[in-house]
Amino acid sequence: MGVVNQKGVITSTLVQQRTNKLSFGVPALKNISIKSIGILAAIALWAFVSALGIFSTSLLPSPWTVFSSFLRLIQNGVLIDHTLSSLGRVFSGFFLAIAIAVPTGLVLGMWDNVRKAVDPVIEVLRPIPPIAIIPLAILWFGIGESSKIFIITYAAFFPIVLNVMGGIQQVDPVHIKAAKTLGANSLQIFYYVVLRSAIPNIIIGMRAGVSMAFISLVAAELIASNAGLGFLIQEARYLFKTDEVMVGMITIGLVGFAINRILLSAEKALVRWK
Amino acid sequence: MVKTESFIKINDVTVNFSNNKNVHTVLNHMNLSIEEGEFVCVLGPSGCGKTTLLNCIAGFQKYEGKILLQDQLVSKPGKERGVMFQEYALFPWFTVEQNVAFGLKMSGMNKQQYLELARSFIRMVGLEGFEKHYPSRLSGGMKQRVSLARVLANNPSILLMDEPFAALDEQTRQHMQSELLKIWEQNKITCLFITHSIHEAIYLADRIIVLMPNPGRVALDIKVDLPRIRDRNDDRMFHYQKLISAILEGEVA
Repeated sequence: MGVVNQKGVITSTLVQQRTNKLSFGVPALKNISIKSIGILAAIALWAFVSALGIFSTSLLPSPWTVFSSFLRLIQNGVLIDHTLSSLGRVFSGFFLAIAIAVPTGLVLGMWDNVRKAVDPVIEVLRPIPPIAIIPLAILWFGIGESSKIFIITYAAFFPIVLNVMGGIQQVDPVHIKAAKTLGANSLQIFYYVVLRSAIPNIIIGMRAGVSMAFISLVAAELIASNAGLGFLIQEARYLFKTDEVMVGMITIGLVGFAINRILLSAEKALVRWK
Repeated sequence: MVKTESFIKINDVTVNFSNNKNVHTVLNHMNLSIEEGEFVCVLGPSGCGKTTLLNCIAGFQKYEGKILLQDQLVSKPGKERGVMFQEYALFPWFTVEQNVAFGLKMSGMNKQQYLELARSFIRMVGLEGFEKHYPSRLSGGMKQRVSLARVLANNPSILLMDEPFAALDEQTRQHMQSELLKIWEQNKITCLFITHSIHEAIYLADRIIVLMPNPGRVALDIKVDLPRIRDRNDDRMFHYQKLISAILEGEVA
C-alpha cells in the first residue's frame, strides 16, 4: 500500500518496500527470482499466443523475432542513436521542469494565500494531457527541438510541483517549534527543518516527473521528428515493421525502468533516516 | 541585600480562546512566581490550562498580562527557555549527535566544538555509542533522553517540560524521572514540569502548583518538603497525595 496525499498523486515506495519486507521476509535473492519469473511468464505467454498462429506474424511477431531485431538495431547503432536523442529530450524537459517546479512548489507550500490563489489554475491545467498541448507547442515553438522539450517539461512539471508543495505542507509543526526554542532563525528553520522534512516527497515528485516525461516522449516526438524512440516507433509503423515498433516500445520501458531504479537508489541514499 | 525580583514572574496573565461565537477563558488573571533553581511541577486535569501556561512562557502563545524572565518580557520563543515536548520532537533526518548539536550549530559554533559538547551531553544522558543512530531506531525513553540532552546542550536558564514522560511505559517513566533528578541535581537548572500524574509531581517537585479549569486558575501552591532521593512508598508521600487528590476531586465534583 502506498501513501496517497490529498491530491491523490503521491505514493511512497519507501513505505511500500518496508511493508513488503515485513509481510514476506523474503531474502533479496529469492525476491529477484520471483520478479524474473513474472517477466519470463509474460514472455512465455507472448510466445505461446504468437505461436498459436491466430494473429499474423506481421501483426504479432514472436519474442524471438523482436529480440533479434533488437540485437540488429543495437549492432547497426540505430537504436543507440534514437535512444540517445530521446534521452536528451527527456532530460532537457525533466531538468527544466525541476528548475521551474521545485521553486514554485516551495513558494506554494510556504505561503497559504499564494497556494489558494494558484491551486485552481494548477487543477484546471493538470488534466490536459501532453498530447493536447502539441498544437499549441507547434504554434509557439515551431516544429524544432524546443516544442518537444516544452511538451515534456509540461508533463513533468505537475507531479513535481504538487509533491514539493505537499512535502513542504507536511512539515510537523512541533519540529518548527523545537527549532525555534533551540535558537534557529527563519532561514535556518527553512533549510534545516522544512526542506529536510520535504526531501522524501521531493524525490517522489521527481520519480513521478521522470515517468511523466517518458510517457509524454512519444507524444512529443509525433511532431516532425527525424530521431528518437517515438520517431522510431512511428516510422516502423509506416513501414509496417511491427517488430521494430515493439523494439521501440520495449526500449522506452527498459530505459524508464532503469532511470526509476537510479532514482530509487538516490532516494535510499538521501533518506537513510526513514 | 535587597532580594531581587523573582526569576520568573507571571503577572496577571489571561489567555482566551475563541471559536466563532464562544470565548473560552483558559487562563484567568494568573499570578505566579518561580525562583531560580526551583523544580516546579504544574499539575491539573485536562483543560486546566497547564500546557497553555507553558506555551505562554515558551513564547508559543499570545497572552494578556506580563511574563518576565529575569526581568525580560517574554514575547516569542528563545533559546534561554529550553522546551521538552511530550512527542520528543527530535528531527528524524538528523542523527542523535546532530540533534543534540542543533542549537549549538545554529548559534554559529564551529563544528569541532559543537560535536565535542554534544557528545558530552549524550554521555550525560547515558546514550554513549548511539551518536550516529537516527531517532527512528531508538525507543521512546531513549528519544526523550536525546531530547533532554538537546535542550541542556543549549544551556538554557529554564527548562520547560510538557508532560515529557507521558508517552512512556511506567517502568521507563520511573527510570527517566530519577535520571532527570540526577541531572537536575548536577546543575540545578530551574524547571517547570507539566504533568497530570500526582505521583510524578510529588516524586519530582520542590513545589507543586495545582491548576483547575473553567477558568484556569491556581487552586493549590505547596512546597514538597521531603528529602531527595524520595522513596516512592514513603508515607509522607501519601500525605501530599491525599491533599492534592482532595482538591482535584473536590473541584471536579
